[in-house]
Amino acid sequence: MRYAMVIDTLKCVGCSDCVVACQTENNVPEGFCRDWITESVSGAYPTVQMELKSERCNHCSIAPCVRCCPTGASHIIEGGIVLVTPNECIGCGACIASCPYDARFQHPEGHVDKCTFCHHRLEKGQLPACVSVCPTKCMYFGDLDDPTSEVSKLLKSRRHKVLAPEAGTKPNVFYLT
Amino acid sequence: MQEEIFISGRNIPNIDPVLEVWHFPISLYLFLGGMAAGIIFFASLFTIMRKEKEFQTTVKGAMVVAVIAIVIGLMALMYDLTNMFYAWQLYTTIRLESPMSWGAWVLLIISLLSFLWVFSYSTEMLPKWDWKFDFLKKFQTYLIKNRRTMALIMLPLALMLGIYTGILLSAFNARPLWNNPILGPLFLVSGLSTGAAAIILFSKSHYEKILLTKIDLALIILELGLIVHLIMGMFAGSAVQIEAMQVLINGDYTVMFFVFVIILGLIFPAILEGIELMGFKVPSIVPALLILMGGLIFRMIMVEAGQITRYLY
Repeated sequence: MRYAMVIDTLKCVGCSDCVVACQTENNVPEGFCRDWITESVSGAYPTVQMELKSERCNHCSIAPCVRCCPTGASHIIEGGIVLVTPNECIGCGACIASCPYDARFQHPEGHVDKCTFCHHRLEKGQLPACVSVCPTKCMYFGDLDDPTSEVSKLLKSRRHKVLAPEAGTKPNVFYLT
Repeated sequence: MQEEIFISGRNIPNIDPVLEVWHFPISLYLFLGGMAAGIIFFASLFTIMRKEKEFQTTVKGAMVVAVIAIVIGLMALMYDLTNMFYAWQLYTTIRLESPMSWGAWVLLIISLLSFLWVFSYSTEMLPKWDWKFDFLKKFQTYLIKNRRTMALIMLPLALMLGIYTGILLSAFNARPLWNNPILGPLFLVSGLSTGAAAIILFSKSHYEKILLTKIDLALIILELGLIVHLIMGMFAGSAVQIEAMQVLINGDYTVMFFVFVIILGLIFPAILEGIELMGFKVPSIVPALLILMGGLIFRMIMVEAGQITRYLY
């Protein structure tokens, strides 16, 4: 089992519904977010290109945050999801500094917080909150080890990329381009 | 590489617009930890070489400074933890992959040993002090007998503590300015140099001062070489590293770095120490204080500048 998220940048309109859904579902404290939308513009008129992306923790297969954690609070569970155990976390910030995606933050209660791929919903057979609300249906979620899953098929048929592959983290969030 | 902008209004404290998760307490700890490592290294080395008599300040007064530095450094570290009441979790596990886990354990053992070390010298330093209880006196006699064994354990631990202050930063590949293998040795040499400077500051023996000044001068030259290495290595690196180097060479921290670290913190005190070794009278407090100041500012710059640098995608 290897969970992955595939996001179609050609369909994303940057509405921020995924951000709000996550904040509501996971009770994210005010002023913080576990996922966010970015816009990047490349080229010059008349060949300007704009790309919208919904970004979050990449649940890397080689996770520097897990390696750096001095207490083992950051860990990887079945399916490759990277999680933080709040009462093992001392709030040292090593994992925050080690993340090339700046996906982690210090929760006002002291521990470090981040995207969980909504594993509490996965256990019930539901999709992550962000995926389930996307109005353009540009987000897909599934198991990469299963060749018949929607995400596997999309990655086989479509051009895609991951963020900062040169950081060597082997991310599990893919962007169709 | 491409600059991205957040359009969902992301503005997370300490992370946006630039990472600021480690603050001054961490720089202070890296400085104090490095200095303590330097002092403990010299104290252990001179004890192993059976030269305690010639280096009285190193093994006594300076070790008190080292213990105080470690205590203040530990308090600074604790203060920067956002979940500080869970700090004991550090000692429920040993994680060989995590530099911070290594550091926590080394720090625990070395602070206990250096505390015992100072205890073993306490009666010598304060002849009128009486430990009252017999078992304390017996324990002290036992420690005095085993000082060389303590020194043999403390010497490698001091080197580990000194190098750890650099490895703590260099282990993060997400921050390109930190992510280079020279940072560990550089911080170790800088720590040994600040340790020597702290001893010179308190020493009253001319022989001890002159020998440590010689050692310190050699360490400063080595440190300058390592800084050149650092800059050249980054320039020979990948796009992110070349970009990261701009912070020190052509950016926000350039003036601070060259004026306070390179010139006032290394070159100028090295010249003063050289003049002193040639036999001229120089108040040794001046180069010593400059080196200590340079060491602290160097760590502040590296901690803050490193967090600005990142991958752009």
